[in-house]
Amino acid sequence: MASYSTNEFRNGLKIMQDGEPCVIVENEFVRPGKGQAFARAKLRYLLTGRVVERTFKSGDSVEGADVMDQDMEYLYTDGEFWHFMDPASFEQVAADAKAVGDNAKWLVEQNSCQITTWNGNPIAVTPPNMVVLEVTDTDPGLKGDTSSGGNKPATLNTGAVVNVPLFVQIGEKIKVDTRSGEYAGRAKE
Amino acid sequence: MTPWQPTAPLSNLRHRAQLLREVRAFFHERQVLEVDTPLLMPNSVTDPYMTALEVHNLGQTYYLQTSPEYAMKRLLCAGIGDIYQLGKNVRAEERGAKHQSEFTLLEWYRVGWDHHQLMDEVFALVSMATGLSKRENYTYQQCFEQYLAFDPLAITTPQLAAIASEKLGQLPADLRHDDYLSLLFATCIEPFLGQGGVAFVSDFPASQASLARLNPEHQTAARFECYCSGLELANGFWELTEATLQQQRFEADNLTRQTLGKPTIAIDEPFLAALEHGLPMCSGVALGFDRLLMLSLGESDIARVVPFAQ
Repeated sequence: MASYSTNEFRNGLKIMQDGEPCVIVENEFVRPGKGQAFARAKLRYLLTGRVVERTFKSGDSVEGADVMDQDMEYLYTDGEFWHFMDPASFEQVAADAKAVGDNAKWLVEQNSCQITTWNGNPIAVTPPNMVVLEVTDTDPGLKGDTSSGGNKPATLNTGAVVNVPLFVQIGEKIKVDTRSGEYAGRAKE
Repeated sequence: MTPWQPTAPLSNLRHRAQLLREVRAFFHERQVLEVDTPLLMPNSVTDPYMTALEVHNLGQTYYLQTSPEYAMKRLLCAGIGDIYQLGKNVRAEERGAKHQSEFTLLEWYRVGWDHHQLMDEVFALVSMATGLSKRENYTYQQCFEQYLAFDPLAITTPQLAAIASEKLGQLPADLRHDDYLSLLFATCIEPFLGQGGVAFVSDFPASQASLARLNPEHQTAARFECYCSGLELANGFWELTEATLQQQRFEADNLTRQTLGKPTIAIDEPFLAALEHGLPMCSGVALGFDRLLMLSLGESDIARVVPFAQ
């Protein structure tokens, strides 16, 4: 893998630190008076999500991380792995529970997701911002109550639970924003 | 489509031309002579943390000058009197929101003045360009005591290392005493200096004297910096005039370069010969013109004040 000088640092660059892949989220060139110049970077560790500040001497090199983001189609889960396919090459990859994390509840078959791989292995799965899911269980509520009188929990076909308006009924399809986990409206068929 | 448009709005470039005129008028009025020393010269500076770009021409190596200092001092030794230069300089491997490798520097020298007199003149120029009328004066020591609660002249290197990593997270393992000081200064002090005014910091540690003479107590140097809105604007010295001391500092720089694994730089002999002939007692300062323009326009990215930022 290529190495990068701090002069090549830019937001979004993926580098290795402590044997783990990181992404640069902020980067500043610091040149104090007549002294040593530095690159001050904020790094997000891709495996754990933790963000740390780190200072490099300007001109030092760091190893690049073989990290790629790729759009892939979600196929199915066998309970242990979630399987995705590259729609162009039909190549398949299997992501484990650590890579999928809480996003498992937003995975809908045939949806396109962003798969982040490190050395070819999936380390993160990002679902589309908006997904359409079916309500499988919710309190029936009062018939005819279509006003905005409050919310109630609804269980969706993927197992996700979101708060929905009182008028939403079992069997309806709704849109959910996966970034916030919030109800975003009824889905138009 | 290939991007071709300027990085600065045209209105900023018109303001740039206006400020160039005002700066020249400022010095004309004060009877300071404009000089225009070469950008290409066969020598460069020994500063451990400064890299000049090399070019090959006429069968010889030349360096794009990182500042006009040595050439201007040779003119001072020749007896030219008060001078200023407003022109381009180039420093390798510098790019950021406040840095471009090629930049415009305003440098001037006042014969017979000490650095306090020169600070007054820097303040007059910065006030003219920015409209700021508030002035603050600190020593280097006071800055550290105020913002970081320690004495930079007394602290040990291990204590410094501990404070720096507590404030800034993980740092390179092989930093030197002055690296910690300047990193802490740049990140924990500089951003707060000159809020709504112009701040001067003087009496840097002797280890950061550069080309300034030492103060009588020999712990600090007659060097100052000027800050506005947290931006470092200028660096000035009550100039060292002794050739032997200057030569010792060049040699010390080259030793530092060796320990850092950097190439040593041939000492600028014509400059030393000029000092041996005699540099009149003087003070000098270098001020980033592009940054002065940023302050004058309220811009925070240097790309917005130069026509085509790289």
